[in-house]
Amino acid sequence: MSTTTIGGHTLTVDQEGFLTDRSEWSEEVATALAEQIGVTLESEHWTVLSFLRAEHAQTGETPTLRRVSTGLEIPVKHLFELFPVKPAKKMAYVAGLPKPRGCV
Amino acid sequence: MTTDLTPETSPLVPTFDAPPSGRKLAIICSKGSLDMAYPGLILANAALGEGIEVHLFFTFWGFDMINREHMAELKFTPVGNPATHMPQGLGGLPGMTALATHKLRKSIADLDVPDVPEFLEQILGSGGHLWACRMSADMQHLTEKDLYEGVEGIISASEFIEMTEGAQLLFI
Repeated sequence: MSTTTIGGHTLTVDQEGFLTDRSEWSEEVATALAEQIGVTLESEHWTVLSFLRAEHAQTGETPTLRRVSTGLEIPVKHLFELFPVKPAKKMAYVAGLPKPRGCV
Repeated sequence: MTTDLTPETSPLVPTFDAPPSGRKLAIICSKGSLDMAYPGLILANAALGEGIEVHLFFTFWGFDMINREHMAELKFTPVGNPATHMPQGLGGLPGMTALATHKLRKSIADLDVPDVPEFLEQILGSGGHLWACRMSADMQHLTEKDLYEGVEGIISASEFIEMTEGAQLLFI
């Protein structure tokens, strides 16, 4: 476990850089994380992030892309537009959660 | 114990870029049974989620996965499959294929994994490419209008090989 400083926030992260302490996350932190990966957070991004945080709090698991798509009724294609290239991992990162473990 | 290894100037951030190698995956789906439809779909979906270019080629029995008439009704049979751990004599009893199919569909749905048509839609939404085999279409006297609308075209085996130059290939 190590720490890294992003946007003035000192954050506990794993080897790859994903946050490991849920309590260190805030909307300001999310904005700073998103900036690091070239994503500008707008209202749809926040909807997705809230869903991820709520699901993780409830189930202990980061939802997969499909779960986000069906849960929020957002087409997968649009999720790829919001968080390009690797949407499931990117949204988990910005939400301060571990990568999803599910296959689908 | 925690150690601050990264100063403000170089924060530790995961890499989310597409693989710089331009990695491509080609998956040949040659089976038309419910259980054998899923490996290709799941791997295609996983690769797309990693930013990898994916092409699926549906051929022979795998044509049923994109044939509008059959794609939502693929079946699973325990016959000849020792991994079901059932006495082999039971598999051929009347109604057993329907029962086994029903149970497998339920197991898949319980995991929130989509059925075949919806899975193909997800793959398309993720940027995957679907191709139908020319010879299979000719053998079954099918044209593009008989196929799932997301199929980009009916192409020959050599066209598929050409278009997937440099790709890693899975035959299922």
